[in-house]
Amino acid sequence: MSNMLEVADLGHTYGDYEAIGGLTFTVRAGELVCVVGPSGCGKSTLLRTISGLIAPSRGDVSLKGSHLAVVFQDYSRSLFPWLSVQGNVEFPLRKLPRAERRARAAEALEWVGLGAAARKRPWQLSGGMQQRVAIARALAYRPALLLMDEPFASVDAQTRFELEDLLLRVRREHDTTVLVVTHDIDESVYLGDRILVLSGSPARLVADLDVPLPAERDQVTTRTDEAFVALRSKVARLLNVGKPSMDVEKWAAAERESLSETVSS
Amino acid sequence: MSRFFQRWTVFAGLVVVWQVLGTLAEDPFFPPPSDIVTAAWDWWVLEPRNVTEHILPSVTRLLSGWAIASVVGIALGMLLGRSDRAMEYAGPLLVFLRSIPPPALVPVFLLLFQAGTSMQLATIVFGVIWPVLLNTVDGARSVDVTKVDTSAVFRIPRHQWVLGVVLPAASPKIFAGLRVSLSLSLVLMVISELVGTDNGIGSQLMQAQREFDYTRMWAGIVLLGVLGYGLNTALLAVERRALAWQPRSRDEQHA
Repeated sequence: MSNMLEVADLGHTYGDYEAIGGLTFTVRAGELVCVVGPSGCGKSTLLRTISGLIAPSRGDVSLKGSHLAVVFQDYSRSLFPWLSVQGNVEFPLRKLPRAERRARAAEALEWVGLGAAARKRPWQLSGGMQQRVAIARALAYRPALLLMDEPFASVDAQTRFELEDLLLRVRREHDTTVLVVTHDIDESVYLGDRILVLSGSPARLVADLDVPLPAERDQVTTRTDEAFVALRSKVARLLNVGKPSMDVEKWAAAERESLSETVSS
Repeated sequence: MSRFFQRWTVFAGLVVVWQVLGTLAEDPFFPPPSDIVTAAWDWWVLEPRNVTEHILPSVTRLLSGWAIASVVGIALGMLLGRSDRAMEYAGPLLVFLRSIPPPALVPVFLLLFQAGTSMQLATIVFGVIWPVLLNTVDGARSVDVTKVDTSAVFRIPRHQWVLGVVLPAASPKIFAGLRVSLSLSLVLMVISELVGTDNGIGSQLMQAQREFDYTRMWAGIVLLGVLGYGLNTALLAVERRALAWQPRSRDEQHA
């Protein structure tokens, strides 16, 4: 399989602060890769450099194919309230002729099960449905790579399961290459073909794990599967490596100090 | 319907009080509303010459001044609103210019353009551009980061970014500015017609006052009130249609 995304020695610093410290990995065509790391470890910076929103301080990002799409965590801000659901999905397709645009948007909305909601405004839909609109918009764009930034972190648990299964289904049906950035270990194991585990800031690659689970997954049976449980524990242990207990003690000491200051003053 | 009556009771009540007091007092400065309305009807409606020579020119000035200010204000506002650097340079200048009372510039514009339509337009445009411009700047700045990122990731063309994202995102603020400007346009139209001209509603107001025809003077004021009310209502209707996409209330959002 050919590589869809190649990231080589990618690093980024904001002033003195090093957010990413030299990441090298690849994403193969048709693969779903999850990037998991502790919160504030530079996952967002990684996503912004890959998507081209910021230029990295060093290293290379090369994408096979010209365009990628991003599904953001905050669907209500990412969708345009002045456009209908259909209009939102057509939004990135303005360069295409009208008829083709229409057809592609309608098709993508069918894929996510929202064919009937095309004429509604996004804000008339539930949170989960809004995120499905965002996914449809990304799919209609036919991206070489679909980037997702904590895509299901703002919906309730039930909806989250539904959306995870929806993602697995559409990416299988349409052979989409997906990179999901998440802080949720369970989610990364459930969704991924591979998991990239990052350490805390600066983000470095701790492990690149294959997920030994069948392509067909199920919220109940997969999550109780021995392989699932084992991998989840492994990722959890790896993530603790990135969070030295030293820091926690330091933080607690600082907290105590500031507390006693407030009391004495 | 009952809401309609509720809203207009105070207004109607005041007119009745004025009518009674005006009839009893027989003060030439304060004629009763019935006389004013009759005068307004005779002078402004039944006299086609007054419509073509005074009302139409006034309304045309008001609307074209407002339209010019709106187009320039929105275009400039979007430009400044999306460029921090431009705003850094232009900010203090805008705040200073906005602080000048527009009527104070009437003598300047009289010098530059002589009395007439250009001077009147200049007064209106200079006076009413600020609410549109500053509101547009504010609106254009408020496009949230996720929408900026979304547009950047999809690499939408520039015209779509400006007209399809920044303009609609700023439109609630822009309409707020347009409403303030429209009522200001009426004020400045009258002011610009008080000097050096013999047509327009403002000039008729002055003339009636000079000829001691106070009923006609009041009739002009009533006409201006009706005009302002009508224009504002029309703009509100346009705004309601243009901003129909806005989520109206919190509880409707997840219906």
